Amino acid sequence: MAMQESMERNVWGLLIVLAIALSVGGLVEIVPLFYLKSTMEHNNAPELVWQRQAGQTLHDHKPGDGMRPYKAIELAGRDVYIREGCYVCHSQMIRPFRDEKERYGHYSLASESMYDHPFQWGSKRTGPDMARVGGKYSDDWHRKHLRAPRSVVPESVMPNYPWLKEKPVNPSIGDHMKGLQLIGVPYTDADITAAAAEVEGKTEEDAVIAYLQVLGTMAKLDENKVYRE
Amino acid sequence: MDATAEQKYDYGVVRWFTVMAAVYLMVGALVGVYIASELAWPFLNFDLEYISFGRLRPLHTNAVIFAYGGCALMATAFYSVQRTCATRLWSNKLAWFTFWGWNLIIVSAVISYPLGLTQGKEYAELEWPIDIAIAVVWLSYMFNFIMTLANRKTSHIYVSNWFFLGMMVMITYLHVVNSLAVPVGMFKSYSIFSGVQDAMIQWWWGHNAVGFYLTAGFLGIMYYFVPKQANRPVYSYRLSVIHFWALMFGYVWLGAHHLQYTALPDWTGSLGAAVSLAMIIPSWGGAVNGMMTLSGAWDKLRTDYVLRFLIMSLAFYAMSTFEGPVMSIKTVNALSHYTDWTVGHVHSGALGWVAMVGIGAIYHLVTKVFHVQLWSAKLVNAHFWTATIGTVVYIVAMWVSGIMQGLMWRAYDEYGTLAYTFAESVEAMHPYYAMRAVGGAIFLLGAVLMVFNILMTVAKASADGSVQAARTAPATA
Repeated sequence: MAMQESMERNVWGLLIVLAIALSVGGLVEIVPLFYLKSTMEHNNAPELVWQRQAGQTLHDHKPGDGMRPYKAIELAGRDVYIREGCYVCHSQMIRPFRDEKERYGHYSLASESMYDHPFQWGSKRTGPDMARVGGKYSDDWHRKHLRAPRSVVPESVMPNYPWLKEKPVNPSIGDHMKGLQLIGVPYTDADITAAAAEVEGKTEEDAVIAYLQVLGTMAKLDENKVYRE
Repeated sequence: MDATAEQKYDYGVVRWFTVMAAVYLMVGALVGVYIASELAWPFLNFDLEYISFGRLRPLHTNAVIFAYGGCALMATAFYSVQRTCATRLWSNKLAWFTFWGWNLIIVSAVISYPLGLTQGKEYAELEWPIDIAIAVVWLSYMFNFIMTLANRKTSHIYVSNWFFLGMMVMITYLHVVNSLAVPVGMFKSYSIFSGVQDAMIQWWWGHNAVGFYLTAGFLGIMYYFVPKQANRPVYSYRLSVIHFWALMFGYVWLGAHHLQYTALPDWTGSLGAAVSLAMIIPSWGGAVNGMMTLSGAWDKLRTDYVLRFLIMSLAFYAMSTFEGPVMSIKTVNALSHYTDWTVGHVHSGALGWVAMVGIGAIYHLVTKVFHVQLWSAKLVNAHFWTATIGTVVYIVAMWVSGIMQGLMWRAYDEYGTLAYTFAESVEAMHPYYAMRAVGGAIFLLGAVLMVFNILMTVAKASADGSVQAARTAPATA
């Protein structure tokens, strides 16, 4: 109580003790995530991440080869996904339960979002999970669904997104890739130079569909392997 | 006495923050009712990108948290720090900078969200140039507050100020770390963190925006305004000390419980959940401390409508600080996560606790800083009942829909296959989404009554010249 008494009389003492007390929880929970090897599954299962050979482009990657950075068109689609706030209603994080496995597929791994700045795990499922939506529906279905969701899913409460088909993809997507490269996403300079040409003539609708179709398809997960305790 | 206070303290900036807090509560609730209606009746999106759900939802959350919550915290902190320290603000000019800076940030949010400018991190969606502005204005608020404490004429720092100070320090940490991003354009940036680390940092921020901004800060309000309105000292000093330090140290750990069963390592989520359970004790200690402040004066609840708001807010505080730890238990979380139950929980805290305690403080402040009685006490009572009923209708709708959703998603039929498609669960939500919109509309009606009542009160003060009179009256009056 003597300490309490002195802090009540000295604002600087109170401030310093507060500054320390407030930092402990965050430090303990956050800092280890950056260096504990067990956090990222690919430390034990390197096949989860694509090992790009010199001279290869992102287009040399085949589904199942492992996690890779998003192609220019996919990244542009992801930007639109974030802009429209899709993450507000759609999660991208499958939990290890029987019903989620049957509904959405294998539970999500931390390594699967290693290139996601920011993460898109979401917090609410007003609509279904998107983590493994890639390949489940045709591009045409997505087009219809984005323009008028209730034309294919009558119960849906999703807004129509008719403006996506009118808007061309942001041509400066290369700058976005450069920014990501700066914070550790392994884009090559060749990826960045080629970006503008790859998105030319594409609409935002094309981009969103390219993004949705790649979700959950990059790495191939082994049903019999325990990735996480 | 009023005349002395007006001359002894800086009330001008408090008047503006107080009125704006009431206005923003109404605006935030209005946007909330609209987006709730969009979920019940999707045609309300009108195929217009600027008002589609995904773009308006951050506007709603930011309007209630940062516009209403921010102005309420700034009004009450700037007022109570002067009264409890018996001194003026360290700098009245800096306080006005905080006022205009904060309101400019709110305007920039109103413009940038409908345009789709967002960092994509919940409750921290504002893009990087605005984030920098927030940091500057926030530090101006904190610096002024600390310097006023340092200038105090009283020997001890009063308990409400501890809570305000803790909130200010923690929000500085959270905002700075969670907003770290690499700009790739004037209005576009990417978080420097990715995946699991980004998720943990986001929910360290997300839960503590609730835990500090909306809890510690509003407990500062509680510890000043409940005793003032009840005209009784705080029930227990000892309980205040325990409440304070347990909350400051413990709340920080809770964020991880938002990520149970995700790809976040199990130890982190479990640690967050364990501390969450322990937090019931200080939270209830605080609620008891606030409520028991009324001991011997319970009869005041019959006549004092403002006090009703403050006490009802503590009841909701106790309820949601019990519900939260329950939802962090793994088996419960497995059902509740991703459902409307979470939304209901947030709103029992936001409407029942944050809004109500703030409303009580705003009504109290209006009479003090405008030196008049409220235009209509009856209207305050009407507001009390609309706010309470609206909140209860909202929460009940979300409890039912959330638990139903969770159960439908995991239900199996007799053949061992999933009993419902996702779309069927969406369809089943419709009546509850409509009910939620109605509950929100009732709450909104109360907020409109409040703004009307306050504007009429201000008009009355202006007609009577009461502020002017207090300013010019001889100091001995």
